[in-house]
Amino acid sequence: MRITRLTTKKTENAEEDVDLRLLEPLIEKNKGKKGNLIPLLQGAQELFGFIPRPVFEKISSECGIPLGDMFGVATFYAQFRLKPVGKHIIKVCHGTACHVQNAKEITEAIEEMLKVKDGETTEDRFYTLESVACLGCCSLAPVMMIGDQTYGKLTGNEAVRIIKNIKLAEQN
Amino acid sequence: MTTVTVGLGSCGIAAGAHKTYEKIKALKEQENLAFELHKTSCVGMCYREPLVEITDETGTYLYGDINEDRAVEVIEKHINQNDPIRDYIVYTDLFDAAENDFINSQVKIVLRNCGYMDPESIADYEHRHGYTAMKKIVMDKISREDIIKTILESGLRGRGGGGFSTGMKWKFANANKSEQKYVICNADEGDPGAFMDRSVLEGDPHSVLEGMIIAAYAIEATGGVIYCRAEYPLAIKRLNIAIGQAHEKGYLGKNAFGIKGWDFDVYIKEGAGAFVCGEETALIASIEGERGMPRKRPPFPAASGLWKKPTNINNVETFANVPWIILNGAPAYAKYGTEKSKGTKVFALAGKIRRSGLVEVPMGMTIRDVIFKLGGGIKNDKRFKAVQLGGPSGGCIPEYLSDTIVDYDSVNATGAIMGSGGMVVMDETTCMVDVAKFFLDFTRKESCGKCTFCRMGTMRMLEILERITNAQGREGDIEKLEELAYQIKDNSLCGLGQTAPNPVLTTIKYFRDEYEAHIFHKKCPAKVCRPLLTYTVDQEKCTGCLVCLKNCPSKAITGERKKPHFINQELCTKCGVCFTKCKFSSIVLT
Repeated sequence: MRITRLTTKKTENAEEDVDLRLLEPLIEKNKGKKGNLIPLLQGAQELFGFIPRPVFEKISSECGIPLGDMFGVATFYAQFRLKPVGKHIIKVCHGTACHVQNAKEITEAIEEMLKVKDGETTEDRFYTLESVACLGCCSLAPVMMIGDQTYGKLTGNEAVRIIKNIKLAEQN
Repeated sequence: MTTVTVGLGSCGIAAGAHKTYEKIKALKEQENLAFELHKTSCVGMCYREPLVEITDETGTYLYGDINEDRAVEVIEKHINQNDPIRDYIVYTDLFDAAENDFINSQVKIVLRNCGYMDPESIADYEHRHGYTAMKKIVMDKISREDIIKTILESGLRGRGGGGFSTGMKWKFANANKSEQKYVICNADEGDPGAFMDRSVLEGDPHSVLEGMIIAAYAIEATGGVIYCRAEYPLAIKRLNIAIGQAHEKGYLGKNAFGIKGWDFDVYIKEGAGAFVCGEETALIASIEGERGMPRKRPPFPAASGLWKKPTNINNVETFANVPWIILNGAPAYAKYGTEKSKGTKVFALAGKIRRSGLVEVPMGMTIRDVIFKLGGGIKNDKRFKAVQLGGPSGGCIPEYLSDTIVDYDSVNATGAIMGSGGMVVMDETTCMVDVAKFFLDFTRKESCGKCTFCRMGTMRMLEILERITNAQGREGDIEKLEELAYQIKDNSLCGLGQTAPNPVLTTIKYFRDEYEAHIFHKKCPAKVCRPLLTYTVDQEKCTGCLVCLKNCPSKAITGERKKPHFINQELCTKCGVCFTKCKFSSIVLT
């Protein structure tokens, strides 16, 4: 139920340094336009990877949108994050086709390897693990997506191997 | 001139089509080969991606499963030596190739261009009769009323799931006079297991745009919005390209198509991930920048929609049908289909099916034919059990009803719905209680929370299902589920709540025995629900090799070398490691 998200913890790392100047072109572009709230939030998330509290405040004061409205919209849509995320987001598809072809095994294998639960970020902020509803690649089920790359016909071991390789490749 | 075309839809790219394309491009440049290299999108044969099509003076050959190595082989043999590799060819009209019947048994209206042209080229679209329908309207001075009449007569019904007559919708929107009116394309394809809108947008964005332009002209709209889910980046990219090209050609903007005084422009609105936004009033709220919560109807959007102006909303597939109908006439379209459901329907085949991909068939085909003739039957020769139609709002149709024909009314009669056309095929290893739980978990998360019955009811139902699959089912649970289901259906405002219990109701209706096995016998017949499984060692078959014992993560297996082992049921976590590791199939799963 979407409404339960309202009670989730307050934005963490609120004090973190955020360069609010980055927001200016975005605000300039959308200020005063009808229905601009979602594009503003989408743009802000693109800039920072998530939406930190100071960003909410800045947009609110510049565009005259009440904070409550903004928070209401941000918590309604699955796309918006109020917490920082890892460098790589692992999206494991849990659509119907993937579900009947054992997507659970993929998530469990990754959870065990990264020592995080679904929706969490690793301590080194390298990976965030997420379940998504459907990536639309049902013919390749089960599927996961990291960045722009989609990996299909997975097994738990295969998924773990891919994730390990990404980290190895970046360390070298 | 020989042409080589690589399929670069999302599914192809996921299967590695970019690498194949780059490889062919590099080969062409290195060896200075004389052929044209083109891109296209998905032809529907997702199970054979990456696909490469070669057209030479002898004909057209479609190669399947072409990775980089095979690409080298194909170019060498086919292009350089003029010797097509028959084993890799999946479709051609020159001889009987492996997948010929997959393509030949389809009727392509919506997918007429998908996989046959470069989606990023307006010239390709126009070459395939693109924008001719709108030009015909302008040249022949076809009146708005006549356009609407044609759509009405074609019998086209909304392809997003509702199945409401498209012509009627246009008629209502046209009847409401206003300075400003809007046309919205619903491309928020949220059903898990459905991907036909994605393929149309990626493969043929111009046809959707042309459909919108025709609708806009017919109802005198001034603005257009395509509400597309952000999870489809490639579709958004190609739509943007298409909109830009249409502007350059004067098909959008001021005096579009040279019609004096008619300004019509389209922009894309990216959805932010909420299934309920597929509902039209929620979608409008979302475009307006609000929480995507449905509101009471009437007033319907045709009277008061976006920014309180008359608005017409159709789905991607519906719009893609429109130019074809205008160009070929209503009778040509109405020729296909059944009495009340005309034309064709695109289905996304997925799950335990051999050929998963996109198919377009005339309404009225039986489900069995779609699955077995087109889909090639069930993977790994398992037994066909059920097919799930209509996503989270739909239901499961059991094997014995698979002679049901696909049209809106026949599918509704089974308790499922046509929905947007996702068909997820299930075999004997799929647990129906687990499937019902899966969908309910989805709708519970996606409920916007406005109506109490939907918000709380789905949660209570899910709790019961969780108990049942967790070996704690109680007598009376099935009846309680049914009672809650009807309350939710009766007391929810929008389609999401009204249909959310369908997966549970249909599985109870057709697979009650499975629910009973879970509740009363504490067994999962499909062997999916872990807490209901029991692993034991077949004492006769066990050789005492110690492999299971060493691999058991919870140390539940005891025994000595060369003597049969035992599993301590109290310690067993039912992870199934012993079952997969045993080389002598001596672990029995019941």
